[in-house]
Amino acid sequence: MRIYACAVYLFLYIPIAIIALFSFNAGKAATQFTGFSVQWYGKALSNRFVVEAFQNSLTVALSSAILATVFGTLAALALQSVTGKWRAFFDALIYIAVMVPGIVIGIATLIALVTVFNWLNPILAALWPLAETAPQLQLGYGSLIAAHGLFSLALVIIIVRARISGMDRSLIEASADLGATPFGTFAQVTLPQIFPAILAGFLLAVTFSFDDFIIAFFVAGSKTTLPIYIFSSIRRGVTPEVNAIGSMVLTLSLSLLITAQAILQRGRASAKT
Amino acid sequence: MTPRYRTALFLLPATAWFITMLVLPLIVVFVFSFGTRGPAGGYAPGFSFENFLNLGARWAAFKNTMVLAPVGTIACAVIAYPLAYFLALRVSAKRRTLLLILVIVPFWTSILIRSYAWIFILGGKGIPALIAWMGLGSIQLINTPFAVLVGIVYGYLPLMVFPIYVSLEQLDKRLLEASADLGCPPGRTFLSVTLPLSMPGVATGSMLVFILLMGEFLIPAMLGGGKVFFVGNALVDLFLQSRNWAFGSAVAVALVLIMLVTVTAYMRATRRWAGGRADVSLM
Repeated sequence: MRIYACAVYLFLYIPIAIIALFSFNAGKAATQFTGFSVQWYGKALSNRFVVEAFQNSLTVALSSAILATVFGTLAALALQSVTGKWRAFFDALIYIAVMVPGIVIGIATLIALVTVFNWLNPILAALWPLAETAPQLQLGYGSLIAAHGLFSLALVIIIVRARISGMDRSLIEASADLGATPFGTFAQVTLPQIFPAILAGFLLAVTFSFDDFIIAFFVAGSKTTLPIYIFSSIRRGVTPEVNAIGSMVLTLSLSLLITAQAILQRGRASAKT
Repeated sequence: MTPRYRTALFLLPATAWFITMLVLPLIVVFVFSFGTRGPAGGYAPGFSFENFLNLGARWAAFKNTMVLAPVGTIACAVIAYPLAYFLALRVSAKRRTLLLILVIVPFWTSILIRSYAWIFILGGKGIPALIAWMGLGSIQLINTPFAVLVGIVYGYLPLMVFPIYVSLEQLDKRLLEASADLGCPPGRTFLSVTLPLSMPGVATGSMLVFILLMGEFLIPAMLGGGKVFFVGNALVDLFLQSRNWAFGSAVAVALVLIMLVTVTAYMRATRRWAGGRADVSLM
């Protein structure tokens, strides 16, 4: 039993370890280790396209996660007092957002937005004082943030709602009995209790957006995110530079995840006492 | 502001987001699936079932998906079960948390980079070179259904372990003691007590993995090398290369329909089988 478990853990972690190992390869060959060097990290970090893709990914991940966390938390709080058919309606929306495959979401967003933009752009051009300078609606940051935020929104609602339902209600009643205003109760009793869930939801949303390839592949337009850059590099061939970028991406999402897990665990522990 | 208005105000942004970015786009896909290809690609309005009648043109993609998604799901369940059992019943509570986190963490890291790793391992200079060196002849691993299957198990194992673990952890341990006290051998206890009671977890995990596999693109693209392709790969080709949005929408609608039918049938079957006591919950 123990040996089996060890084997599964090795299966899960050896591939990651191999990428990390080969990212320090001195040689040019991606699959033959010839010596230790950090040159590929330097090469990756001084590659203009990598830096730009990284900045794009970070912008999209942070913006979509912040919006999804704010609106998701508000929705989760409001859903406490929603029952009946409205409740069923919201549950259905959240369920669809999580269950419909990412690739279908990507396609749907692509064709819906392109169709709407094709309608709106001539109207915008006609209304604009100077036709040449009229803004052109196109795929890019906006569509990436909106599409990633959709999944993150559902994610944040699920996580925060779970925490709200596990919350100690007597504290809220006590606070109200002792004369606190509804906002005072929220700021001093509810918020501290659900904050770990909000933070964890935010970090998971950042991780999801930062790692997502398939939705971005459809809705990125002319923008390149880091996963899109990595995918097209792999298509051109396996290189040590890709290993270095991959290791950096893994390190970043691992640290985000461990932080999110630690926060959730601590939240759970404090809820029990 | 009355609580009623506040609730509505709080829900407004999320609702607007869900409607504009989820509900409307899905309706667009549905409508487009009845249209035709525009002269320069894209979409031209129309109403016919032609796209659906032509789905046979992408039969290979549907066939691969309908074979490898269930096989991959079963492989995940078979490999995940013993690990979940070990974590739930054979590990001290203190070490359990760490071991569980170690299972979940890979799932949240980039599947792109994780399947890329297998290009190394299964590629010409990886395991095939090792086998040739041992004098066992030459084999091709990368760009085969086997490679895709390995990628699937690697990618989705964590998602399967977790629900099975939860159902085993919640299992009333007194039942196991009772069974042992009444003279039941361990193997029999497992088959007639533990396994049936943990079936809801297996059902939930299988459903999650199966749904995600139906829409998979990256793993076959990276490890199947154009030879083993899923519906997801056909969709990328139809929307981004050949730009036939109407037919592509029909493929997407067919995919979602197959998913819905399979999942509903599966849920009915597991519910009946579990005699109504099992609640197949997804979250």
